[in-house]
Amino acid sequence: MPRLLITKTPKPYVGGAFIRSESGRTFPVSDAAGNFFANIPQCTRKDLRNAVEAAAKAGPGWAKRTAYNRGQILYRLGEMLEGRRAELIDTLVRFGGTKAAAAKEVEVATDRLIYYAGWADKYEQVLGNVNPVASPHFNFTVTEPMGVIGVIAPAAPALLGLVSLVAPLIVSGNTVVALASEKTPYPSILLGEMLATSDLPGGVVNLLTGFRPELVPTFATHTHLRAISAAGLSADESKAIRLGAAESVKRVHCLADETRWLSDAAQDLYAIREGLEFKTTWHPIGA
Amino acid sequence: MIAKSPTAGFRRLFDEVGTVDAVGIEERVAKFTTRSIKKASKVQGLKLAVSMVDLTTLEGKDTPGKVASLCQKALAPHDADLGAPQVAAVCVYPAMVRHARKALGSDTGVRIASVATAFPSGQAPLRTRLAEVKAAVADGADEIDMVINRGAFLAGEFGAMQDEIAAVVEACGDTALKVILEVSELETYDNIRAASFLAMRVIREGDFIKTSTGKTSLNATLGNNQVMLEAIRDFYLDTGVAIGMKPAGGIRTAKQSLQFLIAVKETLGDAWLTNERYRFGASSLLNDLLRQLEKEKTGAYQAPYYFSEAAESY
Repeated sequence: MPRLLITKTPKPYVGGAFIRSESGRTFPVSDAAGNFFANIPQCTRKDLRNAVEAAAKAGPGWAKRTAYNRGQILYRLGEMLEGRRAELIDTLVRFGGTKAAAAKEVEVATDRLIYYAGWADKYEQVLGNVNPVASPHFNFTVTEPMGVIGVIAPAAPALLGLVSLVAPLIVSGNTVVALASEKTPYPSILLGEMLATSDLPGGVVNLLTGFRPELVPTFATHTHLRAISAAGLSADESKAIRLGAAESVKRVHCLADETRWLSDAAQDLYAIREGLEFKTTWHPIGA
Repeated sequence: MIAKSPTAGFRRLFDEVGTVDAVGIEERVAKFTTRSIKKASKVQGLKLAVSMVDLTTLEGKDTPGKVASLCQKALAPHDADLGAPQVAAVCVYPAMVRHARKALGSDTGVRIASVATAFPSGQAPLRTRLAEVKAAVADGADEIDMVINRGAFLAGEFGAMQDEIAAVVEACGDTALKVILEVSELETYDNIRAASFLAMRVIREGDFIKTSTGKTSLNATLGNNQVMLEAIRDFYLDTGVAIGMKPAGGIRTAKQSLQFLIAVKETLGDAWLTNERYRFGASSLLNDLLRQLEKEKTGAYQAPYYFSEAAESY
């Protein structure tokens, strides 16, 4: 007897749970051959609002973890990607990559997590400082995570782009609400499943699927988001983000379209610095 | 002998005041969460909810300074251009009443409510409890929140429970009274309804019944709010005496407060949509209400840290 087909309901990972959109809406996604693949939740601004609440709740606990522990957890996330490597490659091929390109993307995405995991307990030594001052004081500059940060992932590469934007932000104790590639959202659903099994506390990374025109204005104006890290924005989207960010005083970091995601140049300490505030303190010597 | 057992007493009481269809209540209140309230009506609802808040701080670590900042928040919840009204009252321990009176002054629209009668357990001799009520009234409290004797109620000693409430009513004089049933300790909807009736029979028009102390695990829910609203309705239809209602504890979001207001509107009608007959006992609710009002005004979702904290920041 033939088995019944068991198809998966793709659900984005928000607040440590797999959700449907509060609106109940979905949009169909087809694979590269044009065949219907699945209905993906079409998240709304209210889902974004809820995700920000979840991220804000998770923030203090995540930032309070030791740097070493955050590194361990990011490394474990890398382990999860490695363990489901074959599934990730199959998925990327299904949505239009060649086998070799897909394998390369998954490999680089995994290595990028390991790269930032390594930085977890090291960036402070490089970015922080003891400053020379002309009075009997110790003068320290130390870093602090900004808080909740919005990420708008590029259309492609769907997996690597998302990972490259999220990893350097969470390594320092920020929490993230990210909008996945509109064209190829399914890899973000898989990434959510890996996040859920990686010891990462729920709410630290929240992945939404949906349409940019609907969500970009809310990303721009939501005052609880302290910064936006985005890639592949159109001129209009960029303008909307910058106008909204000016109103709510948030930092904007936009990567150019021609970012070479696969290259080592797409990962560096400065990506971590984008999610940090610097605090300088004076401490009297001898006190 | 049978007539004296608690079970028989409860049975007679239930026969008299009626029982509650628990499944029906749950289904009814589930419907309240599906109403769509947007734009102008939402703003109106949010402002109404602000005007019904009893801004509360009931902690061992309360200080005169903390109460003073709570009072400031009660008088001016946010920037004046938001258009949020003053809250109905501040709710403090008896020892803090005089500090609240000093901070609010005598000519103010914000009332001072004080919990009394050995809140939250009520386990003190009656004369001690009455002395506490009188002291709070003498210090300037406009309203007294008392707890009922749950032990007496559960033992079936309804007369004893009512006598104590009547004694507190007398001690209050002109001061309004809110009777806390502590619903989490009454265990069933039937008991909540019965206790509501027992309390309503000895208090006066303009007094309140109140769900909880906020000090136990289960606080105000739409379900027990609804049971008490229906008791108030039935009592009003019987006697013509309008009793107020105050859910307390566990109401933290603006959305929840709107759902409670829908329950009031659809059970008791517009006459109860005033802070003279309906209150929210809450501390963190006010800031969420202000946050949603600001969102309606600006169109942008607001960060909670844009709003001054009244009670939680110490």
